[in-house]
Amino acid sequence: MATIELDDVTVTAPTADGEVVLLRDVTARLTERRVVVVGANGSGKSTLVRLVNGLVAAASGTVRVDGLDVATDGPAVRRRVGFVFTQPAAQLVMPTVLEDVALSLRRHVKDKREREARARAVLAEIGLADRADTSVHALSGGQQQLLAIAGVLACEPTVVVADEPTTLLDLRNARAVQERLLSMEQQLLLVTHDLDLARRCDRALVVEDGRVTCDDDPERAVAHYVESALS
Amino acid sequence: MRSLPLGLQVPGDTVWHRLPTGRKLLGLVLLGVGVVALQGPWLPLLALAAALAVALHAGVPARSLALGVRPLLVLLVVVAALQTWQRGWPVAVEVVATTLTLVVLATTFTATTPTDDLLDAVVRVARVLRPLGVDPERVALTFSLAISSIPVVTTLFTQTREAAKARGLERSPRATLTPFAVRTVAHAHAVGDALAARGLGDPD
Repeated sequence: MATIELDDVTVTAPTADGEVVLLRDVTARLTERRVVVVGANGSGKSTLVRLVNGLVAAASGTVRVDGLDVATDGPAVRRRVGFVFTQPAAQLVMPTVLEDVALSLRRHVKDKREREARARAVLAEIGLADRADTSVHALSGGQQQLLAIAGVLACEPTVVVADEPTTLLDLRNARAVQERLLSMEQQLLLVTHDLDLARRCDRALVVEDGRVTCDDDPERAVAHYVESALS
Repeated sequence: MRSLPLGLQVPGDTVWHRLPTGRKLLGLVLLGVGVVALQGPWLPLLALAAALAVALHAGVPARSLALGVRPLLVLLVVVAALQTWQRGWPVAVEVVATTLTLVVLATTFTATTPTDDLLDAVVRVARVLRPLGVDPERVALTFSLAISSIPVVTTLFTQTREAAKARGLERSPRATLTPFAVRTVAHAHAVGDALAARGLGDPD
């Protein structure tokens, strides 16, 4: 299993008056297979997970994945860390399902036939083999999110970060995406508002106002979050 | 039946599908230049007929082609009226036929070419610019994004217009165009993040 290390990380963003702190003094060493991050909207959850593959840069502190510093070894980290976003439509940039998965492989697999074969294998694994030549715009929301996951898995990452991947999906599609994510052999770093899903993970971080206020077993962490949010 | 999204290939084994992508792309450029150079009403009309014949022979469904061209028709009617008023009907026919020919040829090209092949062809052409610091894969990706963004931006515009209409602001261009611009930029940011997350902007 991969190791994600955050050491005294602070993230800031510029504003008209100066800067705002999005995340403050976060330290954690994540080695569990399924780690969930919960918290209110705007609390800093997404900022925290975006640090892991360099989509957000730390103002101070260090972020490492398997010993590689995200700030200095960005490309190597991104080869290890796949990212699934909330809106699948923004992730899908090629016209057809097969071509979109193959796009993920262009940098590292130069042979077109091998690229296509690997893309087809991932699509078969994720249950979209029969939609390979379909337009990405003709897929349902759930299928688009599964395709986004396929695009990530094609690169064989050791960590998959998923930022609210089921928020926009109906119950059936959300369930399909959840089961796919939870059954992966890769380490999963998940942001979600679904507390039942959070309870199925191995470790949970609660983020409130840019700080990790609880880092515990999911049952206890979720209880802490509910009490804090509703009090 | 829906219109054929740009960049979506129509499976087939016609001569147009079998042509090497590089030659096809070069042919498209040369034909485009040639069509624009045609004068008078009759030659552009003949070129449009030939382009339609090629599209149908390549297996592009006629109805899909018509629906794909439809969004352009309002603009073409306005242009035709303006040209007829200012320069006479032969020029109006020339402009409209030339535009339609280019659209039909471009649609046929994308319908008979897998996007992955197109990217490979663009990468090959862009390699000559590598000494100038140009990354060929990035150039190819830009082509692909331009093609794939068209249906997304169209959807954003439709949604924004419907939202303005729902608030009784259908006559206010600002109520549509401002949020449309904001949403388009937000979408571009989201796509940029997604590409960065996939490592597609990283050096080899």
